Amino acid sequence: MSTVNEKIAGQIQQIATQLLESKEVALFLGYTQGTVPGAMQPFVARDVEDAKRLSWSSFCVVNLANYLPGLLRSLEPPRRPNEPPPEGPLPKVGVVATGCWSRNMVVQIQENQIDRERVVIVGVPSRGMVDRRKLQESVGQREITSIQEDDNSLLIRGNGFEKVINRWDVIRDNCQTCVHPDPVIYDRLVGSLSGDRNIPDRFRQVEEIEALSVEERWNWFQEEISSCIRCYACRNVCPLCYCPTCFVDDSRPQWVGKSKEQVDTALFHIVRAYHCAGRCTDCGSCESVCPMGIKMRLFTRKLQKDCLELFDFEPGLDPDIPLPLTTYSTSDPEDFILTQIRKGDEK
Amino acid sequence: MGSEVKMNPYLPYPAVIEDIKVETEDGNLKTFRVVLEDKEERRAWRHVPGQFAMLSIAGKGEIPIGIASSPTEKGHLLFTVNRAGVVTTALHKMSVGDPIGVRGPLGNGFPVDTELKGKNIVIIAGGFAFTTLRATLLYMLENRADYGKITVIYGARTPGMLLYKEELKAWQNRDDLDVHITVDREAPGWDGLVGFVPTIAGQVKPSPENAAALICGPPIMIKFTMPPLEEVGWKDEQVYLSLENRMKCGIGICGHCNVGPVYVCKDGPVFTRQEVQRLPVEF
Amino acid sequence: MKPLAIEKTLVEDWLGDLCDDFDVFSPSMTKKGFYDWAPFQSGTGLQVPTGVPKSSIKTFFFPQPEVLFHFKASVSDPDAYRLKEPDCQERKALLFGVRPCDARSVVLNSMPYEPDPYFQARRKNTLIVGLLCKESCSTCFCKWTGGSPTGREGMDLALMELEDSYLVEPVSERGQALISSTIFRKPKEQEISLVQELYARKNGEDAASTLRGKELMALYEAPFWNQVSQSCINCGTCTFLCPTCYCFDIQDETLRGKGRRIRYWDSCMFPLFTQHASGHNPRGDKIKRVRNRFMHKFKYFPDRFGPVSCVGCGRCVRDCPVNIDIRQVLSNMLGV
Repeated sequence: MSTVNEKIAGQIQQIATQLLESKEVALFLGYTQGTVPGAMQPFVARDVEDAKRLSWSSFCVVNLANYLPGLLRSLEPPRRPNEPPPEGPLPKVGVVATGCWSRNMVVQIQENQIDRERVVIVGVPSRGMVDRRKLQESVGQREITSIQEDDNSLLIRGNGFEKVINRWDVIRDNCQTCVHPDPVIYDRLVGSLSGDRNIPDRFRQVEEIEALSVEERWNWFQEEISSCIRCYACRNVCPLCYCPTCFVDDSRPQWVGKSKEQVDTALFHIVRAYHCAGRCTDCGSCESVCPMGIKMRLFTRKLQKDCLELFDFEPGLDPDIPLPLTTYSTSDPEDFILTQIRKGDEK
Repeated sequence: MGSEVKMNPYLPYPAVIEDIKVETEDGNLKTFRVVLEDKEERRAWRHVPGQFAMLSIAGKGEIPIGIASSPTEKGHLLFTVNRAGVVTTALHKMSVGDPIGVRGPLGNGFPVDTELKGKNIVIIAGGFAFTTLRATLLYMLENRADYGKITVIYGARTPGMLLYKEELKAWQNRDDLDVHITVDREAPGWDGLVGFVPTIAGQVKPSPENAAALICGPPIMIKFTMPPLEEVGWKDEQVYLSLENRMKCGIGICGHCNVGPVYVCKDGPVFTRQEVQRLPVEF
Repeated sequence: MKPLAIEKTLVEDWLGDLCDDFDVFSPSMTKKGFYDWAPFQSGTGLQVPTGVPKSSIKTFFFPQPEVLFHFKASVSDPDAYRLKEPDCQERKALLFGVRPCDARSVVLNSMPYEPDPYFQARRKNTLIVGLLCKESCSTCFCKWTGGSPTGREGMDLALMELEDSYLVEPVSERGQALISSTIFRKPKEQEISLVQELYARKNGEDAASTLRGKELMALYEAPFWNQVSQSCINCGTCTFLCPTCYCFDIQDETLRGKGRRIRYWDSCMFPLFTQHASGHNPRGDKIKRVRNRFMHKFKYFPDRFGPVSCVGCGRCVRDCPVNIDIRQVLSNMLGV
């Protein structure tokens, strides 16, 4: 009996093979098995041989949408920055997409980063991805030498120990609170749609922090980012971060200091989170790749909650609904800009 | 100073800007005459044409600039600076008397006292890359007997973009120098050569016999200058190039300027074309 | 220099005593759930993880940032914009529990940093109490890089963990001076023979000499680089966690009349690393940057200095967001 993930992997291979063989796509972007337990590697298949290496597991934590603009560009003839793309159809890319990844592709389409016509999306309803840190914690930081996946459990082995753990217990926070696990746009579907989930307290983590005093919140934030080494893995893995020159890299003027000063690190994380407001789909890649275990997803999660409350908007669900922060409407809420002072309250 | 105490290679010599000259019509190139503040340091300064120094403005940073003055010009240093980034823009805003720092000399320079001695010399330059070649030419003219025939081919976009205009005139009038100054297009008042540097090099056809060519200019100029030279028999090992890359430490540690295994700041900036051909194209 | 022994129960006391003369650092569990370097505190219990802590010890020799100079930035000051070297009167530091790979990284970094006064001053001021390895992690590969689980290069003292004690071998004069206290005793015959057995374990083959024999441009033009670089996201995780990545940038910072020139970690994975002021970028493509990192470690560095610039600690393998495995790259390169 093969597991759900093994079946998904098989179907991805099949579809990729067919797309590559028929030359419908020039490249197929998916995942391949990594070299250490619990690691999967984003992988570009170029031919049928490569397609055999495509795989799927509960460890596909990097949002593949991040690679799409670059891959599409790599298939275009070289041209100057402002030169328009050549006439006629350009080669296509096949890509695997879970719920959040597909929502990021919707945002990329809305922001003119990718052309819908040039991507063949293979939708995979997400069962949630594993948080390697939770996994590590569950075995008390001992060295893990192998992980065997079953549909609802993981068998973890190390030097002198073996442990079976419940899969859902080590699923990432963002996946546990995800309400849209199904791909929003797709051309092929692997498995069957599971429908939106109802999670009453999905912003609980944010609410806990909101309940703190201003000072406590600031201390929490400072503590959270204190281990940041400014490697920018969070930024670079994010499909929303595609500015040709990021504000932290700008030298004329230089907005942010370059070393590990706390004030600079704080500015980086705050501004990065705000740049994602109304665009972030809570895919969790930033948090998954952070080598220092910073929960920066909570920063964007807060803005996601605000966006939902202020604009009744969740990004990436529908390409026809404009992004709230890049459009202006006279009915936009503005209470948070202009505070009405009621009679008797003024001081 | 005892031999135990090592100089801090990151510490610039305090210096003062003694004179500023606008070189080009667009105002983007200025030559700064710089004097080291300390008499001893001034006297001890030695450099080879082709070397560079880090110019330092506290609060802005450092920038590598080729030394445009010849070692034979004593007492001061010349730096011709193109306004491009943060530091060079700040430098362009400075006035005579302002303090700066000089760290160097750095890099290897042209082998003027070794391989180039006794050779016929062909200097080919385009745009503002002429600076260290000016130093080289001046040095050779001061030691004229050490070199054979000296040919200079120098071009700029317009007459107004030529560097060191007065010196160019004086050199053109010397009979121990073969000077070809060219501009890209016809221009009012210009009665000299017109055409790109590679074209002029093809017309001059310098002989490779016992000769060395020193070429500095934009990569595209260097690329197109090679075929006409090769046509008349020039070999890669006779051609000296000065590479440019982003540099920070200037002493081969920080990793910014490497082209494959070599550090432009420490092993270069001067390489023979033969050496460059063996490197990855990462400059 | 003869080895001594210390009971495990006394190690904390010993480190406590050393705190009088040194800032003592040791691996410690962070709130984030991994081991990292932290000031040693008596009474909190000594933690000795298998394998290496999250960060390498380069931060003690190549801090992020290093202040190169101070200056005053008010025009009215007669000394304005004069660079002054910072006082280097820092207390001596002692690092406890350094694994052989990390200890060796300091020796390797010392090669390019030979003319660097800041690095050398910190090296002079920092003692390394090593802890030899009895078991390796799934990400370790020191044997390929010229190191060994029982290598003592770069250490002042080398400790080997036994049942209830550590065998303590002085490696340098200043290491010897650390174990003069009566806490240490003569080792038992059995302790010595146990350790000798571990020392005698066979090491793997060092890749350095094979790589030095390879043609540079053949390695550079090898077809596998495209595949290696494909998944790279150009972050600095590998370079910043790596003990032997030592590239830096220099920058001036001024605030309210005070200025400083600092050097801070830079990464050859960042596109801006090589970008000229004109906008031209010699390593503008991802493949060029990824290739440069590995070529520097495995070809450019050994050609210049002898050994490869990698100690096989496996941090990059452990934490690369997209699982680019340096061991695979190395075997690709060896296969050219």
